[in-house]
Amino acid sequence: MNVPTMAEMTAQGIQPDVLFWVGCAGSFDDRAKKITKAFVKILNKANVQFAVLGTEESCTGDPAKRAGNEFLFQMQAMTNIEVLNAYEVKKIVTACPHCFNTLKNEYPELGGKYEVLHHTEFLKSLLDEGKITIEGGKFKGKRITFHDPCYLGRANDVYEAPRLLLEKLEAEIVEMKRCKTNGLCCGAGGAQMFKDAEKGNKEINVERTEEALETKPNIIATGCPFCNTMITDGIKAKDQEHSVEVMDIAELIANAEDL
Amino acid sequence: MNYIDNIAFAILLIIGIGFFVKNSKKIVRNIKLGKNIDRSDLPKERFNNMLKIALGQSKMVKRPIAGILHIIVYAGFIIINIEVLEIIIDGLFGTHRVFSVLGGFYGFLIGSFEILAFLVLASVIIFWMRRMVLQIPRFWNKEMKGWPKNDALNILYFEMVLMSLFLLMNATDNHFQNLNVGNPISQYIASLFQESSFTVVHTIERTAWWLHIVGILIFLNYLYYSKHLHILLAFPNTYFANLKPKGQFTNLEAVTNEVKLMMDPSADPYAAPDENAAPPEKFGASDVADLNWVQLLNAYTCTECGRCTAACPANITGKELSPRAIMMKTRDRLEEVGKNIDKNGKFIDDGKQLLNDYISAEEIWACTSCNACVEECPVNIDPLSIIIDLRRYLVMEQSAAPTELNSMMTNIENNGAPWQYNQMDRLNWKDE
Repeated sequence: MNVPTMAEMTAQGIQPDVLFWVGCAGSFDDRAKKITKAFVKILNKANVQFAVLGTEESCTGDPAKRAGNEFLFQMQAMTNIEVLNAYEVKKIVTACPHCFNTLKNEYPELGGKYEVLHHTEFLKSLLDEGKITIEGGKFKGKRITFHDPCYLGRANDVYEAPRLLLEKLEAEIVEMKRCKTNGLCCGAGGAQMFKDAEKGNKEINVERTEEALETKPNIIATGCPFCNTMITDGIKAKDQEHSVEVMDIAELIANAEDL
Repeated sequence: MNYIDNIAFAILLIIGIGFFVKNSKKIVRNIKLGKNIDRSDLPKERFNNMLKIALGQSKMVKRPIAGILHIIVYAGFIIINIEVLEIIIDGLFGTHRVFSVLGGFYGFLIGSFEILAFLVLASVIIFWMRRMVLQIPRFWNKEMKGWPKNDALNILYFEMVLMSLFLLMNATDNHFQNLNVGNPISQYIASLFQESSFTVVHTIERTAWWLHIVGILIFLNYLYYSKHLHILLAFPNTYFANLKPKGQFTNLEAVTNEVKLMMDPSADPYAAPDENAAPPEKFGASDVADLNWVQLLNAYTCTECGRCTAACPANITGKELSPRAIMMKTRDRLEEVGKNIDKNGKFIDDGKQLLNDYISAEEIWACTSCNACVEECPVNIDPLSIIIDLRRYLVMEQSAAPTELNSMMTNIENNGAPWQYNQMDRLNWKDE
């Protein structure tokens, strides 16, 4: 696996085409790291000239901002923008819809103007350019339902790219009752990931997982490391971990190709 | 004799409209208590949104049954108001059905009004049944007890009575019935009065006519006290609504200035503060005057349909949070502040505020910021922005975040990630 850093590339005098923003979950969370690696394998296969910031990357500040800590958010944002601008980054891809939203929408006003893509959009462009091919492989005919991450869907109106990629897997795509603009949150957004839920009669991730299970899927696909965690937990709560898998779109594509 | 009628009518009209204007000014004043926010950009896009969403009801039909019924009532409301114009002219000048000079076209007009009135009546009855017989859950959440429930029913009763009076008025108008055009509905009601004397029928007609116009004036003035203001405010509300991606939260400018200063190596940390400088701006919102005027307009526009709450993941799973209640409480507090100003000439501290006295921290912290409420709202109200402004106050002014969130933020500050991992380990996954 070839994962060059911006520092290394710059030292060689190369300006990569795109920066892969790994994000905190993608860097540290054991489950999300698999998504990161799957995505890198696809980038390598497609010969994309990319780089990561590595140890120079820091939290975008998204959870702080959603929690109301604008100070911490802007401190993070401005520090990151200094690094990104120093490397003259033009284009960023990330597998985390929260990083995606923040970098794309909230950084420009603070001086960080980049073209920002979610990895499903980026993968679709690779497919359109013929740099990757996607074939069903072992997912052919499997029932897959896609859970729309709020910060990808409603927040940024990206609904089609992930679905187009799933179609290429020749899988049977089944939609949940609440999907696309009506999609139900997994329960992690707005900094909920980092705290216990308020008093209620049910966990949001269980509510969402039950809805996903109603479609009788073999796989629940997501495009967000936090949704992945929440739904994986939901699947465990429903004792379905042996029959239903929760996978990121990047993993599905990498696995279909046996990368 | 006739003059007394005309004068009485004119006085009623002046009182009715006068009160409405007076109260409308209060609403405008209250909305202007909010902070400034620039929504003058992209006028064309805004105008189109207003046409599509407010006039065209494009978001209403997302729930088809309620949506179609609503369009009938709404179209009826607007179109039947042409008839009100005739009533006003007749009332002021002592004419009778002044527009009937239009001949066949008049018959067509009134005929359409009658059909619409009948459809409105039927729709409103179905609306009533949805609330009271089917008891659709979103009409029965706990914030709907008491006045909000009665308010909703009052509106339905008003509409039922007004539509019935309109049809009755036509049915008992012998002259109109004799023309026998434009009475597709009222002719059936008229047949009930065949045995009655002319005087009786005429008295009923006059009574229905007067009650109809008085009812309309009362209804107009009822709006101020009611959730029904949306029939007017939906238009400015959709015009001034946020056009940016829903995920984009505002960047607080006051914070930007401070952060820039902190990061500026040439800034003198010991410099004496400028004595003429304005006191630092409050971060976030704890009361209605800290919100911006669009958020306050949102609160007045909300008609408490509860589509937001029915889509809210926190509410669905039994949490305290209800986005509709956020809007209702914001309006309640704003009206309280308004009354305070009416009484004292200016706002005198009443020891209360929106946060805690109306909206609890528990509600605010239950939000996942998923934007389902914003997406659902048929008139583009944004409850999420209020929730975030209240969070900002809690966190930045009061350091009152939940403990776990404080640890998350400490981690970001110390090691650049919400968990306790060393930033130097950020690329370790590569070799694992």
